[in-house]
Amino acid sequence: MTFLDRTTDARRFRHWEGHMEADYIYTSGLAGERFFVALRDEGRLLAARCASCDLAYLPPRLFCERCFAELTEYVPVPPTGKVAAATVAHVDRAGRPLAAPEVWAFVTFPGIHGGLVHRLLVDPGRARPGTPVRPRVRPRAARTGTIADLEGFEPVA
Amino acid sequence: MTERVERWPGVELSASDLVEGKVTSTRFRPNAKYAWSAGEAMSRFLAELQEGRLVARTCDGCERILFPPRMFCELCFRPTDAWTYVRDTGTIETFSISYLDKDARRIAEPILVGVVSLDGASPRMGLMHYFGGMTKDEIRIGMRVKAVWRPPEERRGSVLDISYFRPLREAER
Amino acid sequence: MRKVGVVGAGMTLFRRRLQETPKELCYEAAKMALDQAGLTLADVDMVVSGSAPDAFEGIHMKGEYFLDGCGGYRKPYTRVFTGGGTGVFSTIAGWWHVASGLADVVLVVNEEKMSSCQPHPQSVFAHIWDPILDRPLQPNLVWIFAMEMNRYMTVYGIRKEDIARVAVKNKRNAVGHPCAQLPDPHITIEDVLNSEVMAWPVQRLDISPPSDGAAAVVIASEDAIRKRKIRDRAWISGVGWSIDSTMWTDRDLVFPEYVARAAKMAYKVAKISDPRREIDFAEPYDPFDYKELHHLEGLLLADKGQAPVLTREGVTERDGDLPVCPSGGLMGVGNPIAATLGIKVGELFWQLTGQAGERQIPHDVRTGVAQAWGDLMQYGCVVVMRA
Repeated sequence: MTFLDRTTDARRFRHWEGHMEADYIYTSGLAGERFFVALRDEGRLLAARCASCDLAYLPPRLFCERCFAELTEYVPVPPTGKVAAATVAHVDRAGRPLAAPEVWAFVTFPGIHGGLVHRLLVDPGRARPGTPVRPRVRPRAARTGTIADLEGFEPVA
Repeated sequence: MTERVERWPGVELSASDLVEGKVTSTRFRPNAKYAWSAGEAMSRFLAELQEGRLVARTCDGCERILFPPRMFCELCFRPTDAWTYVRDTGTIETFSISYLDKDARRIAEPILVGVVSLDGASPRMGLMHYFGGMTKDEIRIGMRVKAVWRPPEERRGSVLDISYFRPLREAER
Repeated sequence: MRKVGVVGAGMTLFRRRLQETPKELCYEAAKMALDQAGLTLADVDMVVSGSAPDAFEGIHMKGEYFLDGCGGYRKPYTRVFTGGGTGVFSTIAGWWHVASGLADVVLVVNEEKMSSCQPHPQSVFAHIWDPILDRPLQPNLVWIFAMEMNRYMTVYGIRKEDIARVAVKNKRNAVGHPCAQLPDPHITIEDVLNSEVMAWPVQRLDISPPSDGAAAVVIASEDAIRKRKIRDRAWISGVGWSIDSTMWTDRDLVFPEYVARAAKMAYKVAKISDPRREIDFAEPYDPFDYKELHHLEGLLLADKGQAPVLTREGVTERDGDLPVCPSGGLMGVGNPIAATLGIKVGELFWQLTGQAGERQIPHDVRTGVAQAWGDLMQYGCVVVMRA
């Protein structure tokens, strides 16, 4: 049974405008702090290893999701990884056209579980899985301890 | 509990730890904007406010006069039946004297705010609104009040078309 | 229905600001609860998590985000949400999983990280109001508590001193809690009455703080408890929940009808006919001091308007006839919304198994009730537990 009163002209409905704004600060957390401090101060990537499951997680985390052990062993990520998947974006988050297309990739590393999503520093036409890549880290002065301390991944020459 | 646990987890941070970057963090501001449809009942409610009137809906099932109006009765779970007007006078059901604004910042001059039940609606059918024309020492539960409307040209179709509720005067009873 | 018990509990510190990510907070509490129960993640059949609005953390779909920290990886996993009621409700949802026979061991993990929201979690609470009826008035959430408190005080003629007494009791009780954010062994009624007026009649020391924290409990069937020879267990004897509409302006705020409905449901399941006599201690939800009184009446543990009298007479002290909030409550330990699981259901478990340390009630207690409350003055849920 529907309402006995129904407006058939949608223009007669009023609407009320508003927003849901708040600012956020996300701490990196205990594992994240290790990861981002190593990236900021030493320009290198770390993973966290679970000895029982023989998995090295990237990004590193406090605990193993499979066996629930607390992870305390941090290991370096190998210098060269591989593009597992790539895409080219033509619009931004709000759906507006980008001035220039952006290439993004999911990069994995041998012996490491997981990977990182970041910019792939190639021309859009050259974005393809399988490309060996290495991280390009920003100059030390520009690094603040976030994922943006990486400029992206570039092909190994 | 207490004997078996050696360390209670949790690394405390101070506000300055974050602001001064003693720990790493990322900042973000979402861009979430909304246009909520007022729907059937609220559209009429807002239109009537712009005309200087308060409108309600009746439910024949429980014989209540529902204010603010709604298209279904939540008790009977059936559509409501008809529009009807209620008066712009009422009674203070409860109130607060607020020294806080919406962002929890301190304000010097308190805001008087509370719930007013409107005459003509079922008992206790209330609306949250401001109270004015009275001091914080005068306001009390049970006070009889009347709406102070904005001039017609200033009304927009909003609960703020009423500026506040003031004490009912002797002559108005 | 199967008999279901709580066999372990864990929680993190409750603080205004913790460094851990939501996932890490969940893990810390969950791991402790499992360790305390002598169980591992492999023993867990299903996981339930509880957390209040995503908008506090600023992570959309946060239940899906932190499930690995809850032990939910590749398990049947559910997140439940009932506003402030989540602190007790997730235990009820966990109980469903086991009572139904679908699971033998369920891990329930609740988390809240309110510090991510800037400048203050108030900015998020602003969005609980109706956009058309309430928000144009630019309300602060404290207003609604002030209005409820005023109605309660005016109808029954309750003095502010008797309400302040609850803040004093709970902040002093919290001195015995290792995770407490605002314990205070010296606080007096005068301190509360002299504190800054926020929205009259609410003053600064009437309010619990926003907090970060996580808590977890392990729930198991009688079979599982017996098979694994788990010694420390407390039975969940009754569950109840109820909600009223968001049209809070239509209600007389003097009495939380929805809490009473939830309590009656839980007492029926627990076969309790005289709550005041049959219940030994209570952990009602106390985000504000007056709420403890309001909820004691909603729980039918005090007659309407009489909870302040019980408090004044010392009945609700830890060594009184009906200890209330022996944990220190939200007022003393902190209010990370859903993570209050640790000081409500968690506290019942620790008291009933004799593990509450400094907070242990000095006489024998066998039946306890925990209650949480939420949303726009609308939701109540109740759990009864027995030794």
